[in-house]
Amino acid sequence: MLSCKDVTQLISESMDASLPIGKRIGVRLHLLICKFCLRYKRQLLLIRETARHLAASEEPYGSPTGEPLSVGAKERIRESLANP
Amino acid sequence: MAKPANTDPAEWVDRYGDYLFRYAMLRLRDRSTAEDLVQETFLAAFKDYGSFSGKSSESTWLVGILKHKIIDHFRRQSREAPLGEKDLREHPDPSSFDGSGHWTSGPADWGGNPADLYREKKFLDQLTKCLSGLSPNLANAFTLREIEGADTGEICKVLNVTETNLWVILHRARMLLRRCLEANWFEKSSKKGS
Repeated sequence: MLSCKDVTQLISESMDASLPIGKRIGVRLHLLICKFCLRYKRQLLLIRETARHLAASEEPYGSPTGEPLSVGAKERIRESLANP
Repeated sequence: MAKPANTDPAEWVDRYGDYLFRYAMLRLRDRSTAEDLVQETFLAAFKDYGSFSGKSSESTWLVGILKHKIIDHFRRQSREAPLGEKDLREHPDPSSFDGSGHWTSGPADWGGNPADLYREKKFLDQLTKCLSGLSPNLANAFTLREIEGADTGEICKVLNVTETNLWVILHRARMLLRRCLEANWFEKSSKKGS
């Protein structure tokens, strides 16, 4: 029997590679009866979704979330380009 | 073939500086490293402008150079501070499980409609904050996998780890991020609501 601790590891692993059939079935059965592990899985998938959304929001025409390059840094970079 | 007219590097900084910096910050989580790599990117692009074919846009070309520099930086970091045995063996969140591997209190219900969460700027900010709190090896692995969308084979090469170890690293990173988000976001927002 897989414990919740084992299942959390396997949930993560299944996000990076396909699990061998035995483990896959074990996880699936466990998720049918364990609401905490199911919740854990959903939350990890939400974190994945959020990370992808962050990457997309930094695209040139996205809606960026981070701070811009500081005025000082821009000045330094311009200088270094003028005197490479 | 005629080169695009925009060859004034000073103008590049205004046009692409913020975009490249944000791109770098999201992946590196450190202002001065991000500024340095953006500067190196502009310098390399300036020297190499002859090789710019004009087939892709300038911003795509620049971000391609920056991406290589970021990956080199990750490679260097994992060489300088390789993952310890302890990092791989110890459970990232031991108090969550009892002796037989069952949840002690279990993950909290994040409530609301979680599918909408990733559109909330504060939630995005909290995730980047939590990511900064991880050790560089964990954060870099997570960044390559979930932000960059790289496959595990590629990541193993950059971080110089076996695939089995990478799975452990990613498991740790996700578990710690989840716990950090729960502690900083959901508990706060549920208190706000009550």
